[in-house]
Amino acid sequence: MTDLSKIRNFSIIAHIDHGKSTLADRLIQRTGGLTDREMSAQVLDNMDIEKERGITIKAQTVRLDYTARDGQSYILNLMDTPGHVDFAYEVSRSLAACEGALLVVDAAQGVEAQTLANVYQSIEHDHEIVPVINKIDLPAAEPEKVKAEIEDIIGLPADEAVLASAKSGIGIDEILEAIVTKIPPPKGDRDAPLKAMLVDSWYDPYLGVVILIRVIDGVIKKGQNIKFMQAGTQHLVDRVGAFRPKIENLPELGPGEVGFITAQIKEIAQTRVGDTITDVKKPAAQALEGFKEVQPVVFCGLFPVDANDFEKLRESISKLRLNDASFSFEMESSAALGFGFRCGFLGLLHLEIIQERLTREYDLDLITTAPSVVYRLHLRHTKDEAAKTIELHNPADMPDPNRIESIEEPWIEATIYVPDEYLGPILKLCQDRRGIQKNLTYVAGRAQLTYELPLNEVVFDFYDRLKSISRGYASFDYHQIGHREGDLVKMNILVNAEPVDALSMIVHRSQAEARGRHMCERLKDLIPRHLFKIPIQAAIGGKVIARETIAALRKDVTAKCYGGDATRKRKLLEKQKEGKKRMREYGSVSIPQEAFIAALRMGDES
Amino acid sequence: MLKQVQHDGGGLEDALALYIHWPFCVSKCPYCDFNSHVREAVDQAQWREALLVDMAHEAALLPERRLTSIFFGGGTPSLMPPATVAALLEAAERHWGLAPDIEITLEANPSSVEAARFADLAAAGVNRVSLGLQSLDNQALRFLGRAHDVEEGLGALDTAQKHFSRVSFDLIYALPEQDEAAWEAELARALSFGTGHMSLYQLTIEPGTRFAALFAKGELAPKDADEAAGFYELTQAMTGAAGLPAYETSNHARPGEESRHNLTYWRYGTYAGIGPGAHGRRGGLATQRHRKPENWLSALARNGHGLQEEAPLAPTDQAMEALLMGLRLREGVDLDRIAALVGKGVADIVDLAAAGRLERAELIRRDGERLAVTPRGMILLDAILAEVVRA
Repeated sequence: MTDLSKIRNFSIIAHIDHGKSTLADRLIQRTGGLTDREMSAQVLDNMDIEKERGITIKAQTVRLDYTARDGQSYILNLMDTPGHVDFAYEVSRSLAACEGALLVVDAAQGVEAQTLANVYQSIEHDHEIVPVINKIDLPAAEPEKVKAEIEDIIGLPADEAVLASAKSGIGIDEILEAIVTKIPPPKGDRDAPLKAMLVDSWYDPYLGVVILIRVIDGVIKKGQNIKFMQAGTQHLVDRVGAFRPKIENLPELGPGEVGFITAQIKEIAQTRVGDTITDVKKPAAQALEGFKEVQPVVFCGLFPVDANDFEKLRESISKLRLNDASFSFEMESSAALGFGFRCGFLGLLHLEIIQERLTREYDLDLITTAPSVVYRLHLRHTKDEAAKTIELHNPADMPDPNRIESIEEPWIEATIYVPDEYLGPILKLCQDRRGIQKNLTYVAGRAQLTYELPLNEVVFDFYDRLKSISRGYASFDYHQIGHREGDLVKMNILVNAEPVDALSMIVHRSQAEARGRHMCERLKDLIPRHLFKIPIQAAIGGKVIARETIAALRKDVTAKCYGGDATRKRKLLEKQKEGKKRMREYGSVSIPQEAFIAALRMGDES
Repeated sequence: MLKQVQHDGGGLEDALALYIHWPFCVSKCPYCDFNSHVREAVDQAQWREALLVDMAHEAALLPERRLTSIFFGGGTPSLMPPATVAALLEAAERHWGLAPDIEITLEANPSSVEAARFADLAAAGVNRVSLGLQSLDNQALRFLGRAHDVEEGLGALDTAQKHFSRVSFDLIYALPEQDEAAWEAELARALSFGTGHMSLYQLTIEPGTRFAALFAKGELAPKDADEAAGFYELTQAMTGAAGLPAYETSNHARPGEESRHNLTYWRYGTYAGIGPGAHGRRGGLATQRHRKPENWLSALARNGHGLQEEAPLAPTDQAMEALLMGLRLREGVDLDRIAALVGKGVADIVDLAAAGRLERAELIRRDGERLAVTPRGMILLDAILAEVVRA
């Protein structure tokens, strides 16, 4: 058992690229968790995608032994947290298991929007926050300016901020010392009934489901019968341990400690994050307050390019889901794309990551349909059915407009940080996307913008546009603020007079014409010329709002063909026919598969 | 299963064509992807002997048939010694016998050196030449890498018309710098020479040629499909008005002056091909000889023939070939005959729904068992084939 006063549980809050993972690595190295030889860059980012993109997706934890300047030995539990807004829910779990946080801010770039969101969460948890100004050895570093920002924007005293460079190893000892002296030890009662928080869980092919826990009261040990209070299930603990970062088995975990257990559980679906773990024989009287349930907010269809890969896609998605309970999927079929899945994600980055993992780890060629949000439809009563409210995940499922009383769409509140010089175009972008300005303040040459925006205006390419307008300087964070009624319509795209379901979308009436025109223009370039001319139309109901025409092919003939060319020409023809198989037939028009997603990219808005 | 005996050699008509490939050229033209090679010296006696042996191999496999056409192609067959041509023609007659109206064509370069051999070639039995004139514009000839100029070329044409009853020539048009007015003038001049046959090709960039390399570097900009369509339509109108309509995509003739040899290919008849890289079709088999001259020679010494491959063609492949060759012809194809040849139904070899669609668009025409591409559709032939041909 570890003396509570010798435990410190902390997380690191940082914007992407501000050096969180590098700092975590340094702390592990400095406290001897791994030898130099074992340190591969960024130990905690396990997945290839995490390493490549430099982001953290899943929360990780590591237990460090540290002998402080007071001569005492401490156990420091580092909870690594994801930096991206899509994974904010992971952050909140990690924070709930800590008493304090390191706030890492880049000495050259200053405070960013996402950092802010996580800091506020941390403050809400009554955490002690230790500011760390990182990358102070960069030529562009302005630690004094950043200190002022931390005080002005966040309202935290920053005069005692640690100046560090994780990359060069500067300030690491000071950080460790600050953790011990500034972050309070956890509280807890060893003799009280067991009460532990289920922080996270994942599937490990050798250990089965591994459960990350934070013990509040009591003790958990191998052989104990435990109960998940929310789920109501009972399990036998068969392993207790901690990550250093290598797995180390421990006899027990006591109050204030962070570690893992395994209990012969095969599916992570059985382990609800935020659940309270207690002892079967001596249960806790009251469960901990759980986490907010995670809801997917962005939906899209995923279809295999080769219809024969459908089963492989099903298996791959099921496997991914084993370790990521935050995304959902259900089978879907489309006239254009065949069988696939409609999947729900926490945000666009989450969507991209899942798509990329399916492509890379499972070797699947996928078509992704337009991302869509969840609409709430109020339907009038009919002769046979009463009035009701439904949720719409797929524009193709839109009921007859005559039945629709009203449509609500999800809105978000967005916080954007941007240098002054890019403010104008950013305001225009928000305005064009139906944004409502709530606040605009200036701090040290930067503007902090608060906007309410419809989520469906953000899911397409808002973030890309924001980055490109501000040359990467704008930062963006959002949270959902509920549904609001909107003048929303379903826009159909007709190719050669036939509606193409995979291209239909729900848009605000005021945006329909511009988006329709853009789609028609893109499709004109994406669909090859045929033997006949092809009209492409965007329509709301029966009303055409935009139109383009693909001219008929003028010439396509091999000039020379003699005796020896029969073989070659036959092989060319076979290849041509093979190519046609990779297109989707719509009536008599062949649409290349890449056209479906390419048509939805808005590109540069002029 | 190398030998597959079928009733009449497996083709769609009784013609039997012999193709003889002479692979050597003085230099390689930048647009040409034919099997041509530049060699400092050619052992003429060795080559004559080798071609004779290769011919004997094919003759043994195609007995009891008379040849209806012989074609010397290349490379530059006008560089062959006339004595070699004579020896090959004598051997062909000995092996097969020649139809009384046999067509014997030789491709010729329109240079003065080669024109000087025309009398000897005619004496050897050649009765038709196809001249690689390519252009009536000196600048264009230089662009195309040709050694002759317009004057020399027309001199050769004049000599050819004196020695051979049937003369054809090739022109390449829709060149990057050419406008329609220039082509109109050039074609009008070409039509005034009074030959009964012309092959008019639009410039195409073939893989592996120097033009392809230039194109890849962005240093050559061929006409786009829309511009090229204008040139093609102009060509059809002018040749039609002059009495030399297209009987095939790029070939024009006065009625009766069509190349019978090439018609055998397009009608999917039987043809034997000898010499490096030559292809043949006999008895449901596709034959191909070694392309590289040295490899062909050594194969010949080793095996008594220059064959690199002799493979049976699946019925669907045969149907595909018959259709893609035959639909190049204005006369089109006989679907019943093709279906019968490969033992399938018409619906198995063509997509009838697509055919109906294309017929309504007036791109193809169906008349009983015949299917033909309309003059309007000919310029879209490849796209049409992709629609109608079943494979």
